[in-house]
Amino acid sequence: MPTADDLKQRIEAALPGAHADVEGPDGVHFQAVVSSPAFAGKSRIEQHRMVMDVFAGELGGAIHALSLKTKPPS
Amino acid sequence: MSEQSDNPIREAIAEAIKDNDVILFMKGNPDAPACGFSARAVAALQATGSPFAAVDVLPDPRIRQELSGISGWPTIPQLFVGGELLGGSDIIVEMYESGELHEALGVEAPAGEAPGEAPVAGEPVAPAQPAPLSIENRLG
Repeated sequence: MPTADDLKQRIEAALPGAHADVEGPDGVHFQAVVSSPAFAGKSRIEQHRMVMDVFAGELGGAIHALSLKTKPPS
Repeated sequence: MSEQSDNPIREAIAEAIKDNDVILFMKGNPDAPACGFSARAVAALQATGSPFAAVDVLPDPRIRQELSGISGWPTIPQLFVGGELLGGSDIIVEMYESGELHEALGVEAPAGEAPGEAPVAGEPVAPAQPAPLSIENRLG
Protein backbone atom coordinates (compact mmCIF):
# COMPACT_ATOMS: atom_id res chain seq x y z
CA MET A 1 0.00 0.00 0.00
CA PRO A 2 1.51 3.36 -1.00
CA THR A 3 2.00 5.97 1.71
CA ALA A 4 1.60 9.71 1.45
CA ASP A 5 5.37 9.94 1.67
CA ASP A 6 5.79 7.54 -1.28
CA LEU A 7 3.56 9.75 -3.37
CA LYS A 8 5.38 12.89 -2.29
CA GLN A 9 8.75 11.42 -3.24
CA ARG A 10 7.53 10.15 -6.59
CA ILE A 11 5.97 13.49 -7.51
CA GLU A 12 9.08 15.41 -6.49
CA ALA A 13 11.33 12.97 -8.36
CA ALA A 14 9.27 13.19 -11.54
CA LEU A 15 8.70 16.95 -11.77
CA PRO A 16 11.67 19.30 -11.89
CA GLY A 17 11.90 21.46 -8.78
CA ALA A 18 8.54 20.27 -7.47
CA HIS A 19 7.40 20.56 -3.91
CA ALA A 20 4.54 18.30 -2.85
CA ASP A 21 2.49 18.16 0.33
CA VAL A 22 0.61 14.89 0.40
CA GLU A 23 -1.88 13.53 2.90
CA GLY A 24 -3.51 10.13 2.79
CA PRO A 25 -4.26 8.74 6.21
CA ASP A 26 -6.24 5.76 4.89
CA GLY A 27 -3.64 4.75 2.27
CA VAL A 28 -6.06 4.86 -0.68
CA HIS A 29 -7.50 8.39 -0.80
CA PHE A 30 -4.81 11.03 -1.15
CA GLN A 31 -4.75 14.79 -1.27
CA ALA A 32 -1.79 16.60 -2.74
CA VAL A 33 -0.79 20.21 -3.13
CA VAL A 34 1.98 20.44 -5.69
CA SER A 35 4.01 23.38 -6.86
CA SER A 36 6.62 23.24 -9.59
CA PRO A 37 8.31 25.67 -11.97
CA ALA A 38 7.34 23.16 -14.66
CA PHE A 39 3.72 24.34 -14.27
CA ALA A 40 4.52 27.83 -15.55
CA GLY A 41 2.48 28.67 -18.63
CA LYS A 42 0.47 25.45 -18.40
CA SER A 43 -3.30 25.27 -18.04
CA ARG A 44 -4.76 23.65 -14.94
CA ILE A 45 -5.63 20.52 -16.79
CA GLU A 46 -2.10 20.23 -18.16
CA GLN A 47 -0.70 20.72 -14.67
CA HIS A 48 -2.97 18.02 -13.27
CA ARG A 49 -2.08 15.68 -16.10
CA MET A 50 1.63 16.10 -15.34
CA VAL A 51 1.06 14.94 -11.77
CA MET A 52 -1.42 12.20 -12.63
CA ASP A 53 0.93 10.83 -15.28
CA VAL A 54 3.33 9.98 -12.45
CA PHE A 55 0.79 7.44 -11.24
CA ALA A 56 -0.50 6.20 -14.57
CA GLY A 57 -2.29 2.91 -14.13
CA GLU A 58 -2.48 3.21 -10.35
CA LEU A 59 -5.23 5.84 -10.11
CA GLY A 60 -8.51 4.10 -9.56
CA GLY A 61 -6.56 1.03 -8.45
CA ALA A 62 -4.06 1.04 -5.57
CA ILE A 63 -4.52 4.79 -5.37
CA HIS A 64 -8.27 5.05 -5.22
CA ALA A 65 -8.35 8.81 -5.46
CA LEU A 66 -5.86 11.62 -5.70
CA SER A 67 -7.28 15.03 -4.99
CA LEU A 68 -5.00 17.63 -6.51
CA LYS A 69 -4.24 21.28 -6.25
CA THR A 70 -1.43 22.55 -8.44
CA LYS A 71 0.28 25.91 -8.54
CA PRO A 72 3.42 27.46 -9.91
CA PRO A 73 5.93 28.17 -7.13
CA SER A 74 5.29 31.42 -5.31
CA MET B 1 -23.64 0.80 -47.68
CA SER B 2 -23.71 0.75 -43.90
CA GLU B 3 -20.69 1.85 -41.95
CA GLN B 4 -18.91 -0.76 -39.97
CA SER B 5 -17.99 0.10 -36.41
CA ASP B 6 -15.91 -2.00 -34.11
CA ASN B 7 -16.37 0.32 -31.16
CA PRO B 8 -19.90 1.69 -30.88
CA ILE B 9 -19.52 2.72 -27.23
CA ARG B 10 -16.52 4.89 -28.00
CA GLU B 11 -18.35 6.43 -30.92
CA ALA B 12 -21.43 7.12 -28.83
CA ILE B 13 -19.29 8.87 -26.22
CA ALA B 14 -17.45 10.95 -28.82
CA GLU B 15 -20.79 11.91 -30.35
CA ALA B 16 -22.25 12.87 -26.97
CA ILE B 17 -19.23 15.10 -26.28
CA LYS B 18 -19.60 16.71 -29.68
CA ASP B 19 -23.37 17.19 -29.44
CA ASN B 20 -23.50 18.61 -25.91
CA ASP B 21 -21.81 21.88 -25.18
CA VAL B 22 -21.53 21.08 -21.49
CA ILE B 23 -21.44 17.42 -20.55
CA LEU B 24 -20.45 15.75 -17.30
CA PHE B 25 -19.46 12.10 -17.13
CA MET B 26 -20.10 11.00 -13.56
CA LYS B 27 -20.92 8.16 -11.22
CA GLY B 28 -24.67 8.12 -10.70
CA ASN B 29 -26.87 10.93 -11.96
CA PRO B 30 -27.22 14.59 -10.92
CA ASP B 31 -30.14 13.78 -8.59
CA ALA B 32 -28.29 10.90 -6.99
CA PRO B 33 -24.51 11.10 -7.40
CA ALA B 34 -22.88 7.81 -6.43
CA CYS B 35 -19.54 9.26 -5.39
CA GLY B 36 -18.41 12.31 -3.44
CA PHE B 37 -16.28 13.63 -6.28
CA SER B 38 -19.16 13.44 -8.73
CA ALA B 39 -21.42 15.10 -6.15
CA ARG B 40 -19.02 18.02 -5.79
CA ALA B 41 -18.82 18.47 -9.56
CA VAL B 42 -22.62 18.42 -9.90
CA ALA B 43 -23.08 20.88 -7.03
CA ALA B 44 -20.62 23.36 -8.55
CA LEU B 45 -22.16 23.04 -12.02
CA GLN B 46 -25.70 23.46 -10.72
CA ALA B 47 -24.64 26.49 -8.71
CA THR B 48 -23.56 28.26 -11.91
CA GLY B 49 -27.07 27.83 -13.29
CA SER B 50 -25.68 26.54 -16.58
CA PRO B 51 -27.59 23.65 -18.10
CA PHE B 52 -25.53 20.52 -18.62
CA ALA B 53 -25.93 17.01 -19.88
CA ALA B 54 -24.83 14.14 -17.67
CA VAL B 55 -23.82 10.58 -18.38
CA ASP B 56 -23.69 7.88 -15.72
CA VAL B 57 -20.60 5.74 -16.32
CA LEU B 58 -21.61 3.04 -13.85
CA PRO B 59 -24.05 0.94 -15.89
CA ASP B 60 -21.27 -0.45 -18.08
CA PRO B 61 -17.53 -0.48 -17.23
CA ARG B 62 -16.76 -0.01 -20.91
CA ILE B 63 -18.16 3.54 -20.81
CA ARG B 64 -15.50 4.58 -18.33
CA GLN B 65 -12.81 2.66 -20.17
CA GLU B 66 -13.58 4.22 -23.53
CA LEU B 67 -14.07 7.68 -22.03
CA SER B 68 -10.61 7.59 -20.48
CA GLY B 69 -9.27 6.30 -23.79
CA ILE B 70 -10.68 9.38 -25.51
CA SER B 71 -9.76 11.96 -22.87
CA GLY B 72 -6.53 10.53 -21.49
CA TRP B 73 -7.93 11.33 -18.04
CA PRO B 74 -8.03 8.39 -15.63
CA THR B 75 -10.66 9.41 -13.09
CA ILE B 76 -14.36 10.26 -12.90
CA PRO B 77 -15.97 12.81 -13.04
CA GLN B 78 -14.90 14.48 -16.27
CA LEU B 79 -16.39 17.72 -17.53
CA PHE B 80 -16.30 18.59 -21.23
CA VAL B 81 -17.07 22.08 -22.47
CA GLY B 82 -17.23 22.79 -26.17
CA GLY B 83 -15.84 19.35 -26.93
CA GLU B 84 -12.75 19.80 -24.76
CA LEU B 85 -11.97 18.25 -21.39
CA LEU B 86 -12.07 21.02 -18.80
CA GLY B 87 -11.15 18.86 -15.85
CA GLY B 88 -12.14 16.58 -13.00
CA SER B 89 -13.77 17.51 -9.70
CA ASP B 90 -10.77 19.35 -8.24
CA ILE B 91 -10.47 21.63 -11.26
CA ILE B 92 -14.23 22.15 -11.47
CA VAL B 93 -14.47 23.19 -7.82
CA GLU B 94 -11.35 25.36 -7.98
CA MET B 95 -12.66 27.13 -11.09
CA TYR B 96 -16.07 27.54 -9.51
CA GLU B 97 -14.58 29.18 -6.45
CA SER B 98 -12.52 31.62 -8.53
CA GLY B 99 -15.40 32.45 -10.87
CA GLU B 100 -13.61 30.94 -13.87
CA LEU B 101 -16.20 28.21 -14.24
CA HIS B 102 -18.93 30.74 -14.94
CA GLU B 103 -16.70 32.26 -17.59
CA ALA B 104 -15.91 28.91 -19.17
CA LEU B 105 -19.60 28.05 -19.29
CA GLY B 106 -20.58 31.45 -20.64
CA VAL B 107 -22.89 32.32 -17.76
CA GLU B 108 -22.97 35.46 -15.65
CA ALA B 109 -20.92 35.22 -12.52
CA PRO B 110 -22.69 36.54 -9.44
CA ALA B 111 -22.22 40.29 -9.10
CA GLY B 112 -19.30 41.41 -7.04
CA GLU B 113 -16.72 39.03 -5.82
CA ALA B 114 -15.94 35.45 -6.75
CA PRO B 115 -18.53 32.95 -5.54
CA GLY B 116 -16.23 31.66 -2.80
CA GLU B 117 -16.76 28.32 -1.14
CA ALA B 118 -18.32 25.70 -3.36
CA PRO B 119 -21.79 24.65 -2.31
CA VAL B 120 -22.10 21.57 -0.17
CA ALA B 121 -22.90 18.57 -2.30
CA GLY B 122 -26.39 17.25 -1.90
CA GLU B 123 -28.03 20.57 -1.17
CA PRO B 124 -30.25 21.53 -4.06
CA VAL B 125 -29.01 24.90 -5.26
CA ALA B 126 -30.55 25.15 -8.71
CA PRO B 127 -33.76 24.20 -10.46
CA ALA B 128 -34.07 20.72 -11.88
CA GLN B 129 -31.58 20.00 -14.61
CA PRO B 130 -32.28 18.25 -17.91
CA ALA B 131 -32.71 14.53 -17.65
CA PRO B 132 -29.38 12.67 -17.69
CA LEU B 133 -28.33 11.50 -21.08
CA SER B 134 -27.82 7.80 -21.08
CA ILE B 135 -25.57 6.09 -23.54
CA GLU B 136 -27.23 3.18 -25.13
CA ASN B 137 -25.33 -0.04 -24.85
CA ARG B 138 -25.43 -1.22 -28.42
CA LEU B 139 -23.16 -4.18 -27.95
CA GLY B 140 -25.90 -6.02 -26.10
